[in-house]
This record gives sequence, structure tokens and C-alpha cells, in this order.
Amino acid sequence: MNNPVTFSSTDFEPLQRGDQADVLVRPSLSYWQDAWRRLKRNRRAICSLYLIVGLLVFSFVLPLVADFDPVSQDLTQISQGPSLGRKSLVVNTTPWQGIYADHAAHTGPLSPVTGLQLYGEAHTESVRLAWQPVPGAVGYRVFRHLLRPSGPTDLGLPLGETEQLNQVFFEDRLKLEPSKYYYSVQAYSAGGDVSDYATLRVTPRHAIGVGSAVQRGLISSQNPETFVGEEVELKRHLLGTDYLGRDMLARLIYGGQTSLYIGIVAPLLFVIIGVIYGGLAGYLGGRVDEVMMRFADFVIALPFLLFMILFRVAMGIGPGESGITPMLIALVVLSWPATARLVRGQVLQLREQPFVEAAQLMGGSSHYLIWRHMLPNVMGVVLVSLTFSIPTAIFTEAFLSFIGMGVAPPTPSWGANCNEGVKSFLSHPHELLFPALLISITVLAFNLLGDGLRDALDAKMKG
Amino acid sequence: MTTMITTQHRLTLVALAALILTSLTLLSVPAHAIGLDYESRSISHAIRQEPPDLNTTTSTDTTSSMVLDHVMEGLLAYDRDNNLIGGVAERWELRDDGATFWIRKGAKWSDGSQITAHDFVFAWRKVLEPANASEYAFILFPILNAQAINEGKMPSHQLGVRAVDDYTLEVTLFQPCPYFLGLTAFSVLFPVKESFYQSRGERFAADAEDMLYSGPYIITEWVHGASIKMEKNPHYWRKDEIWLERIDIPYITEDANARMNLYRDNNIALADELVAESLQGALQERMQIKTFLDGAVFFIEFNFRDQHVTRNHNLRKAIQSVFNTDDLVYKVLGNPGSYPAYSLYPRWIKGVNDLYKREYPPIKPQLNAERGRQYLEAARKELGVDRIPPLTLLADDSPNGQKTAEYLQTLLKQNLDLDIRVDVQIFKQRLAKMTAGQFDMVVSGWGPDYDDLLTYGDLFLSHNLNNRGRYKSDEYDRWVGVAQSSLDTRERMDAFNELQKIMFRDVVIVPLYERGKIFVQHPRLKGVVRRAVGGDPNFNFATIEPPAGTAR
Amino acid sequence: MIEFILKRLLSGVITIWFIATATFVGMHMVPGDPLANAKAMKPEIRRNIEARYGLDKPVWHQYGIFMGNMLKGDFGISFTQKNRHVNDIIREHFPVSALLGVMALVIATAGGIVWGALTAVYRDRWPDGVIMFLVVIAVSVPSFVFAMLGQLGILAFNDLVGASLLPVAGWGTFSHMLVPALVLGLGTMAYLTRLMRSSMLEVTSADYIRTARAKGVSPLRIFFKHQLRNAILPVITVLGPSIAAITTGGFVVELVFAIPGLGRYFVQAVQQLDYTVIMGTTVFYGAFLVVMVLVVDILYGFIDPRIRVAKSAA
Repeated sequence: MNNPVTFSSTDFEPLQRGDQADVLVRPSLSYWQDAWRRLKRNRRAICSLYLIVGLLVFSFVLPLVADFDPVSQDLTQISQGPSLGRKSLVVNTTPWQGIYADHAAHTGPLSPVTGLQLYGEAHTESVRLAWQPVPGAVGYRVFRHLLRPSGPTDLGLPLGETEQLNQVFFEDRLKLEPSKYYYSVQAYSAGGDVSDYATLRVTPRHAIGVGSAVQRGLISSQNPETFVGEEVELKRHLLGTDYLGRDMLARLIYGGQTSLYIGIVAPLLFVIIGVIYGGLAGYLGGRVDEVMMRFADFVIALPFLLFMILFRVAMGIGPGESGITPMLIALVVLSWPATARLVRGQVLQLREQPFVEAAQLMGGSSHYLIWRHMLPNVMGVVLVSLTFSIPTAIFTEAFLSFIGMGVAPPTPSWGANCNEGVKSFLSHPHELLFPALLISITVLAFNLLGDGLRDALDAKMKG
Repeated sequence: MTTMITTQHRLTLVALAALILTSLTLLSVPAHAIGLDYESRSISHAIRQEPPDLNTTTSTDTTSSMVLDHVMEGLLAYDRDNNLIGGVAERWELRDDGATFWIRKGAKWSDGSQITAHDFVFAWRKVLEPANASEYAFILFPILNAQAINEGKMPSHQLGVRAVDDYTLEVTLFQPCPYFLGLTAFSVLFPVKESFYQSRGERFAADAEDMLYSGPYIITEWVHGASIKMEKNPHYWRKDEIWLERIDIPYITEDANARMNLYRDNNIALADELVAESLQGALQERMQIKTFLDGAVFFIEFNFRDQHVTRNHNLRKAIQSVFNTDDLVYKVLGNPGSYPAYSLYPRWIKGVNDLYKREYPPIKPQLNAERGRQYLEAARKELGVDRIPPLTLLADDSPNGQKTAEYLQTLLKQNLDLDIRVDVQIFKQRLAKMTAGQFDMVVSGWGPDYDDLLTYGDLFLSHNLNNRGRYKSDEYDRWVGVAQSSLDTRERMDAFNELQKIMFRDVVIVPLYERGKIFVQHPRLKGVVRRAVGGDPNFNFATIEPPAGTAR
Repeated sequence: MIEFILKRLLSGVITIWFIATATFVGMHMVPGDPLANAKAMKPEIRRNIEARYGLDKPVWHQYGIFMGNMLKGDFGISFTQKNRHVNDIIREHFPVSALLGVMALVIATAGGIVWGALTAVYRDRWPDGVIMFLVVIAVSVPSFVFAMLGQLGILAFNDLVGASLLPVAGWGTFSHMLVPALVLGLGTMAYLTRLMRSSMLEVTSADYIRTARAKGVSPLRIFFKHQLRNAILPVITVLGPSIAAITTGGFVVELVFAIPGLGRYFVQAVQQLDYTVIMGTTVFYGAFLVVMVLVVDILYGFIDPRIRVAKSAA
């Protein structure tokens, strides 16, 4: 059993410089290469990574390649749903002189309104109505409904009243859409009596005024009047338009710039600050550490959303400013302590690790220790926490913009887009749906990537 | 393996059971607020915010005013057609130098005691005491010594108001005030019973039991931020004319969509201040949609201070010539019930015999981009600049303010190549910036304080503090002087027309729109009064029609 | 232990002082005029009002008064609700937020444990897939979208049953709280589900489970007695921070469902520059969080001796 090993003095001589102490059969993989390899095997994480790259390209590269205009307003196409193009009739928009009839005095019950008819063609620039005068009426009320009225309390939207005593016409210009409408007209007397109403079904055509058509370059500015009655192809809005007729796609692209910028830069900044602060505290230790961490505790104790709102108001966004910088600052000021705590905890742990002690014993300088041992070992955890901070930052921006405490209008951001869209959610759901979808996709992608990174880096997220 | 499946099954069963249990608890929950009920003569309503201040001596806001107009009554009151009628006072007399009010015997506080002239004297003195810090104290300034008392230069008992006896109130005016009777229907001039006020001290009007009521209703329950319940006041002198027994306000919400949803679900009888976007659904469900003009007129105000290019007349002219009010109102804002404005005066204001706008039609600017550019060219030369520097456009963060600012920014860029820096602020910051003059143009609005055209007409008087753009014109001031002092209606209306013309000529403002409120109202609820001045809406005269098929 | 508690108490007090000071400084940096109203005020009237709120005094003096009053537990009178004390406002509206928060937390915890356990039981089969997919959706969709959908859901539900069983908005009964609490708790529920799942899976492969199984303990008993019990522990440890997140995170839900909570009040106060309410609310919430963390810390100290030792050593 006993096989005594025998040593000779040569065994204790140092190796020759340059000799291979040990030979690795497989290629050496650094920590990061190894992590990358593991990440690549995680299909969900890689998909998310592509998705994030895609979103970045969508927001930052796309506007460089093609011309997207988030500002210009197309008042003939307000709150349009997604479409591949729309044809429109060129019409004259000269004011209508109207129809007047002699006012006839009459006492007793009012007779019903008769002769309600359309004047000229009904289109989305204006619908012109006229009717026969009702003796004794001092004015007429005009209503518009989407359904056929079922009774005098169901005439629809009150559009207005006639202004002059002898006026028997009405011009409707209120947000007309190329769909079916039921117009009703009701006469009323000085005593407040109302007559029976008359109803007319009208389906306006989509139209654009000559002036706007020229301005948009849809028709030539030479003799534009000759184009009246012709159809032109309107500017295409792939994802529809918003409440000012601005291109939704362009708004989303530029909104993404704001949201992603805040979402990525703010965490980047506060993570860097946190790493420096926490690393310093952990490395220096002792009294300094205690004071530094106590301060971090104070900042953590500030109620986050309340202070975000307070800061937003306190920093006061001036004219023409986007409000991005104040939000960045507020996010950084309130968020760094979490990373600082995490990093400090890691550094404290690392300081006790044998390999650090060994390096210290061998006389490694603190510079060496920090750069060679501490930072690389902390980096994994930091990277993972960075990835998880991004969705939080994006949510914060969206939430604040949603309650009107975020970026200043007219700066677009996905949160601000949602805020605008939520008001018309029932009638034009696309205005809320698209930005909300983009926020969700972004958050999802970063969360999944974070999961993947955590698994790949085997980072224990315990500060 | 089989056992494992059992586990799964049991777990699923447990989950299902939990679900069923929750649904059962749900179904057993009693019903909640009902929009209106004919039998119990009650309605439910939702307001936008918690009434900030029900102390009549300090209250200024519209929500409080809405509640106060149900539970309080002043010397005079408004009837269902918004005409002044007797309230606590049964007779009155207005002279150039004063007024006398004879108080109705039998007009009682909710504790059953008689309302006396002393209650008015006490209340009005209270309003003016500096320590009371009442913002609307100035409303009383037509009364002798009022201003001096408010400035702390005189003790409050020297106010020109005297209780001759319990039933006679004698007012001495410092200058003729043709609209004084209207003021007595305003909450600041409502009575306060001294003994009650003293007994409550700091807590006066802080809660339902800390108030004494003189109006048709009393507050029986006030859960702050959540709900208010009002019931008919058994001591109100005219209680037989009040049909509705109970007004419940079970919901307080800023969110117009929430109000709409509450109405849809028959929790409230009237959903007020809706947004145009929610109307499509309302139409589909055949709701009764109504609108009314709330008196507020919106406009762009220019800054006339030194160093602001907007001082230049041609620049303002240029903006006036390209601005399309109709597009803004009909296409961008798209609120039914709002109308394009061409003047500071609302369309329902009365003139001499007819509506003012029919007697003195405002000038409608001619839209002309070419002319606009010519004006701009002239402005550029006068200012001696190659390019007009970027203009700051201030607006508040309300949906309409924001939309207007964004619309204007692009409009002026496209038509005049003017650079506009939009500055959107919360309401109070907008006001602070306006007062400090930190703007070139501002999207602003004005609502009436009292029922007289003067509340609009004197807005750009050079020393009016609300003239935040510091427009100054001797001619304008002179015409305001005529409108203030003259007792001849025609002469006054002519003066107001001169003001209207000056505002157009000098482009003091570019009128935008008259705001309409959109609301849906239960078809069986009748007699709701809407008002531009004072508390709105008002249910004092409201009735409910019996449900179809019920005998009256 | 006593020393540990005292130390934590002291640091809690200092933290609250820090929050109060930060709030005061922030508040006084805010541009704008808290007294501004649509109608301009005559300077003499303005002076009267400034005197009432102490705004006529220099800032350091105001700070002194503010701190002094705070020590007495008095946050002053609201600027917009002229006869209400901030204390009353907090007393009346905080319980609403707290109740909503507790409801949300109960729903979130119950849901998180049940769904998490289910996913672990059905690991890698379709129920697991569906639940985990829903969890991913729940953490990725902004809360305001859920709030909107929740309200529309109520309407649809009421239409479906033909009676208004669930109120659309407002506050008062249990049925008022249900959907808002669900919406509010959704994010936390998703988080807890994930936690519960991984914790369950960890436990499933533990030695004592294998031993129990080998000894022939019934699977149900194993599930409830061993797996669930042990898996729940890590879930419970994160509840402390979740309470804070939920109680202060209720803004959107309170806004959309018209719930008279403190969060909604705060947003309104900011929009109206109601100095005293903003300061009072912020300091109160800050103090509340500090106290919650403190209580949780001390409780953990009692429950887990390791923490006690580690904390007092630090």
C-alpha cells in the first residue's frame, strides 16, 4: 500500500522562464466569453437582444434613413386609423352665404320642420343644410346622430342653434368623418316650445380644401381652382394619425427616442455613480463607509414617485425645453443608492475572498486590486441590475408623462403618447394601443434579457 | 404518477372553489348609488373635486359655489330662468348712494332661528377683515369704507352697512353700482350667524355640522374627498316649491371618462364636463347629450412690456391674419357646444333689446396668409431684425390649452415661418409666469365674476391686475370709464362696442373660442339650471318625471 | 436587541428629518405662486393671505416654523382647502390608500402563492406556460393600461349580467375595492408568482422531499406540509418592501377609479401648488415607509436570529 514518493533536489528548483507550467487542451475562455456562450444558448434572451436592437434601430436609425415628420399637422386626417392611403376630393372652402327666409310671426303650437335638404355635396369639410321656415319659430336647433333618432330626447349631438331670426340654414364643420350621419332640425318659439323634428341621412365624402391641398403639394399652385372636384391621393399614414393629424409612426419613432434615451441613459448614469460610490464605501470601509451608506439610506427613504413629481415641478421646464434633462437628473438623484448598496455589499464580500487576500499578500497595489479583481467581479452583478433598471426607468417616464408630470409637450414620448391616446381610447384605440404596445415590448425585452444575463453571469442579486 | 394527477386535480378544485367563492361574495354585495329615483325624489350627481371651501366669507371656486348655491341663500336669488328674485329679502330698493333690503319674516336658519339683518352685517364685515384673508373681498368694495377696512386702515364696524332693526338692512354705497343687486346673490355676500360662527371658531364650515344653512338644502353628510349628501331644509321659507328631497354626490372625480362610465352604469343622473372623445359611445347608446356655454372665453393674449417683440403692431396683425379660429374649434378641439370666438364678449350676452352680438356684431378677421406675410415683413423692418426671434407661447397643461399651443406652433411656422417655443405649465405656474410677464403670447381665458358686460369689458383697463400683458391705451381706459359710470344702457353698450373695436384694431387679443360644457342628462330629469355666473349646475328647481307607465 | 432597536429608531428619526428638509427645499425651489388664482388679487388682499400662511417671513424662519410644527405633529392648513388641516386630510385619506394597498397585497400574495404553486406542479406543461406568459404580460404592461381595461371590464361585466353589480368608480363598499385592488396588486402578484415558482422548484429537489417521498408520505401531505410551507418563506420576506411599493404606487388606480386616497390628493396638490399638503403628504409617506421598514427589520430580528446577530455586529 505504501508507495513512498521520492524527491530529488531537482524537483525543488524553479522552472525555467518560458516553460509551459500547464497546458490547456481546450481554448481558454474568459469569464465574459463564457457568459456570452451561455447567453447565446438562451433563445429567449437572444430574441430579446434582437428585439432591443430592433427598437433602437426603429427609434434612432430609421429617422436617419428616411424622412419622418412628427410635427406637421394634417387637419384633413385627424385621428385616422392605420391605412395604406386614402383618396380625397378637392373642394372649395369659400364661406357659405346661407339661405334666409322671411320670419313669420305666429302664435300657437309650432308646425313640424319640413323640407330639410342638403345644399351642395356633403363632404368632410362641410355639410350644408337648409329647410323650410316654420311660422312662429325664433330659432332652430340642429343635431347630428350616428343612429336614426328614436325620439325628441335622442337627436344626438347638439351642433348649435341658428343665429339670425330669418336664418333657415346650418353649416356643420365639426369633426366630420366619411360615415353615415342623421341630421335633425327642430324649431323653437319665443315661449320655449319646440316643434317636431325633421331628420335627414347624409354620408359625407372625404374631402380636402383647395388651400390645404396646395399647401401639402397635392395639387399644383397654378390655377388650383381647376382641380376642384378631382380626387387626390392623400399622404399615407401607415399607423394612422393622432389628434392633430400628425403621423403616428413618426410620433412613435421620436417618442421612442425620448423614452429609450431616458430609459437607458438614466440607469447608465446612476449605475456608474452607484458603482463609484458603493465601491468606494466598500473599499474604504470603516467610519467612511458607515457615513456614506447612512446617506445612501436617507436617499432611499425618500418616497420615490412623490419626489419624482416634486423634482419635476421644482426644476421648472422653461419655454421650448423638452423636460428630458430634469427627468434624467431626478431619476439619477433618486436611484443611485440601490446600486451603491449592491456594489458595496459585493465589494465587502470580495475583500474577504481568498484570491483577493492572496493578491494583497503578494503585494498587489490597490490600483491593481480594484481593476483586476474587484471591478471584473462586480461587473456581472452591475450589468444585470442595469438591465433590470431600464424597464423601471421606462415605466417611470411613461407613468409620469401619463399623469402629465413628465416630458413637456410637444416633445413626444411613449408615455406622453399614451396620455394623449387614453382620452380617445374608445373612439380611436390605436392612439393608445401603439405606444402602450411599444412600452410593453421594450420592458418585456429588457426583462427577458435581464433574466438571461443573470443566468449566464450566475450573478446572485443579493445586496 | 396517478397520485400526482390527483394532487393536480385537487389543486385545480381548490382554485376553482376560490373563484366561485369570490364571485358569490361579489353577487351578495348590495347595489350602490342610483342615478335618480322618482319615489324618493332623489338624484345622484358627480362633481370634479372636493369643495375646497364652504366658508362663504372666503370661498372663491366653482365647486364650492355649486354646493353653496344649494344650501345657502342671500338677500336675492336667481330663479329658474336666471332672473333675480327675492331670497332672504322680500323687498329692496337700489339708489345711487345706497340700498335698503327688507328681510322676510319667516326666512330661517336651519336651526329654526330667524335670519336677521345683523347676520349680513357680521358676514360682510368678516369678509373685509384683513385677518380673514378673503380673496373676493374686492367684490364688496363698492360699499363705503370697504377698501380701507380690507387694507387695515379702518376698523370693520365703520363699514357702510347697518342693521336698522332685525328686518331692515341699510347699505351705503361709495359710488353708484348698477350691478349691486346681482352681487347680493353671490356667495361672498351670504349671511353668517355670529353666535354660530363664534361657537365653531377655526372649524367653521369645515364639516357638515360646522355649518348653518339658509338655503333650500342642508348637508347631512360630508365625507371629505368622497361624498356629500344633501337633504331638503325643513326650515327653508320656500320649501314647498322645492320638489327634490335629496341630492346625493356619491362620487368626486376629475376623470371625465369615469363620470361618463358612472352615468352609463346609471349611478348618476347627470355627467358633467365630458370630453368630446367619449361622445361616440354616448351616441351609440342614445344618451341625451346637451351643451351649454359656461361663460369662459379663450384667447391669445400678447405681451406689451418693453423688450417683447409682440409690442409690434404689425407682428400681431400678421398673427391675426393667419389664425384660423374655425379650424381650431371644429377640427382640432372638436368639442360640440364650443363656438369660434370673434370677440371677448360671449354670444349669449344681452345688449339693449336683443342679443349683443346681433346689435353690435364683432369684426371677423379675413384669413389671408399673403397679407400676414406682408405684415410680418413690415414688422421685421420696424424691429430692425433679419428674423423675428423665437416667440414664447405660454399655455397651461389642460387638454385644450395644450392642443391650442401645439396647433398654433405649427400654424405659425407653416404660414409665417415664425419659430414658437411652447411653454406648457400647470395652471398656477402659468398664472405666475403671466403675472411676471414671462411670455410673448399666452393661451388664456376669462370667465365672468358678475352678471354684467363690464366683467369682460374692463379686462384690458391699464390698471386692471388681470391685464397681465400690460396693454395700455388711454382710449380704451376712457371707454371703460364711460361704461362704468353711465346709467344709460345704450350709451354703455356703445362704449362696449368701442372697446370691442379697439381690441380688434390693436390686436390686444386673438379670440379663440367660447367654451361649451358637454353633459349627458337623464331624460326624466327636468328643470336643471345651468349658469355662467355662480354655482353650476343647480338642482333647486329640478324635478323627476315618473317612469313610463306610472300614473302621476 | 434593545441596543439594535434603539439604534434603528434613532436613524429612523434622522431619516425623517432628512426627508422633511429635502421636501422643504424642493418645495421652495418650485417656481410659480401657490396663491395665484384665475383672478388677480389686489396687493393688500394678497398681503392678508400671505400673513395667514406665514409666507411673508424669510425662508429660514419658515423652515423653523415648519420644523417646530412638525415636531408637534402639525402640518398646517391646506392652501386650497382653506379650512382643512393637512392632518385631517391625511387622517381621512390615508386609511383609504392603506386599505386599498392591503387589499391589493392580500390579492397579490394569495394569487402569487396559488399561481406559483400551480406552475411548479405543472412544470413545463401548458398551465405553466399560460401562467408564466400572463406573468410576463403583467410585468410588461403599464399600470394605467390595466386600470383603463379594468374599468372597461367592469362595464362589460355589468352589461353581461344585466345589472350594475360592480361599481365603475368611487369608494365605500367591498365591491368598490375589488377591481382597483386587483389592478394595483397585479404587478406584485406577477413578481410573487415568479418567486414562488422558483422557490417551489428549489424545494422540490431538496433532500427532505425525496426522503419523505421514499418514506411513502402521501403526495398531498408532501405538497402542503413540506413543499408549500418551505417555499412560502422567501415569498414572505419580500412582503415588507412590497407594502411600501403598493401603498405609494396607487396614484393611477386612485385617479382612474375616483378613489379618495392620499395618492390622488397628492397629485392634485402638486397641480395646485398646495405647499402645506405637498409637504405634509411627502413627510408623512416618508415617515410611514421608514416606520414600516423599521418594524419589518425588528420583526425579522425576532424571527431570524442570524439577522439580529449580523445587524448588531455591523
